[in-house]
Amino acid sequence: MILDLEKFARSEQPHWKELEVILSVYEGDSEPRLTLDEVRNLHYLYERASSGLNKVSAFGHEPQLQSYLEGLVARAYAAIHQTRDSSERVAILRWFRFTVPQTFRRHLRAFELAAALTLLGAILGGFALSVDPYAKEALVPSGFAHVMESPEERVAKEESIRTDQMAGQQVQFSAFLMRNNIRVSFLAMALGVAWGIFTCIILVYNGALLGMVAWDYITAGETEFLLGWLLPHGSVEIPAILIGGQAGFIIAGAVLGWGSRQSLRARFRNILDDLITLVLLIVLLLIWAGIIESFFSQYHEPLLPYSVKIFFGATQLAALFYYLLATGKDASAISHARS
Amino acid sequence: MPAPSHATSVLSIRTPEGVAFSYPLAGPIVRFLAWWIDALAILGINIGLSSSVAFVAAVSPDIAGAIFIIGAFIVSIGYGMFLEWIWYGQTLGKKFFGLRVIDDQALRLRGPQIIMRNLLRAIDSLPIGYAIGGAFAYWHPQCKRLGDLVGRTVVILARPEALPDLAQIAGAKYNSFRNYPHLEARLRQQVGVEMASLGLRALIRRDQLESGPRARLFARLANLYRKLVRFPDEATESLTDEQYVRNVVDSILRPKSKNPTVAPAA
Repeated sequence: MILDLEKFARSEQPHWKELEVILSVYEGDSEPRLTLDEVRNLHYLYERASSGLNKVSAFGHEPQLQSYLEGLVARAYAAIHQTRDSSERVAILRWFRFTVPQTFRRHLRAFELAAALTLLGAILGGFALSVDPYAKEALVPSGFAHVMESPEERVAKEESIRTDQMAGQQVQFSAFLMRNNIRVSFLAMALGVAWGIFTCIILVYNGALLGMVAWDYITAGETEFLLGWLLPHGSVEIPAILIGGQAGFIIAGAVLGWGSRQSLRARFRNILDDLITLVLLIVLLLIWAGIIESFFSQYHEPLLPYSVKIFFGATQLAALFYYLLATGKDASAISHARS
Repeated sequence: MPAPSHATSVLSIRTPEGVAFSYPLAGPIVRFLAWWIDALAILGINIGLSSSVAFVAAVSPDIAGAIFIIGAFIVSIGYGMFLEWIWYGQTLGKKFFGLRVIDDQALRLRGPQIIMRNLLRAIDSLPIGYAIGGAFAYWHPQCKRLGDLVGRTVVILARPEALPDLAQIAGAKYNSFRNYPHLEARLRQQVGVEMASLGLRALIRRDQLESGPRARLFARLANLYRKLVRFPDEATESLTDEQYVRNVVDSILRPKSKNPTVAPAA
């Protein structure tokens, strides 16, 4: 059998064109709503184009027409077989109230692992500094000059300031902090693809820096300054970085696939939406942390009492974990989010 | 482990209806070249941003610095996300080289997939020049970098979507070869469908060719067909090479039939 290509194409072309038009409208609409008749017509045209593709593939010897039909059938296939909710619109309030806390809790173990590794790093950092005072110089990056000073000198210097030293550079400093912290968190997440090894390293190293600083200030008797300095922004920034690690471990879990019979592709499909939720949460938290660090954390006594800063930071930390651990438990919302 | 042949890598999909279609996959080199164009575009945007910020700096250097830091960061991670979203899987570089990002099951590309494949660039671009991503794409059977793996996407060579000009096949209504059915039969036997389809492809693409190469192509095809079956002079005189090819294709691929769509084979 040989297909009379020209006659075949002439008779089929109106149907192909109609399918093209329907698909263009469908693809251009973020939330397409078709009537039952329109759906039937779309399916009919898809099957007709599919049948045409089969004929052309088998008899036509015309790769350009075959390619055109493959493209058309592929587009229709994507439109018809899309079983997921095609809407990319996000109900922001619902996302904030239910999706974020539920997603966080669904992967609580990954967060706990990230927190445990950071704590381990902090203990190691404190221990390293306690046995070797030069460990700070070896481990702290050059950009953290203020950390390299002795705590007593730093506190004396900060408390002698009577004017707004940050005036005229707060916004830029805030932007700089946001960018750097978001970058580090994304990196901690993305490195999860290497079986989570580098995510572990980043979290332990981050914890070690924190532990060294904490040990340094606590042993120098400057605990109040330390809390007043770190709590206002750290109560958001550190959880955000831990959530970055949490996302990294979720990816690592999908890569390793322990206890799962699903394919790698299916495992990635299952975690994709949760990862995006956590990424957006990280960005929001770090934007807030950047603002707080620049406009609030850098001011010390006598300009700003430590008690106010510590109260603010502690309240913020409690509120964040209350939100993540105790809210959004509505059963109907859970089933909606999972679906 | 042998390196996969990227020249023949395709994403094959078989639908539940039993229809198969495929997409040719883009290899790491062409993707790298597309990335260079995107990198230049990002550089250009950042230069434009820095010039714009200069005006703000006159009022507040602090705010100008912040706008530039945040702006450059958003451009660096948002460029790919934004363009792949609004251009259905294409960026400037991908458009230039005819590439497109699609879902690896040929379904509709979703926002989370675009976000994740672009966020994973942080790893793919390490340590320099997308070495990790390039190595993964080279070894992966579907040319996936890590971002594609997590986002469940592939990069394909975008196919031409325009319907070919099939009117070219029809040509003149009168085919002088029809007066010699025994020679047409021999033509079908000697030339065959495969060789005739060469002529068919040339006819469909005739308007895409320059006049010189087009004349040479049809002359070669006509000579090829003439050598196999010789028609009397009265059937071929005043026929151009192109018309000769058109007659051959018409005789072989469109034999006279009552069935308007599918005709009996020669």
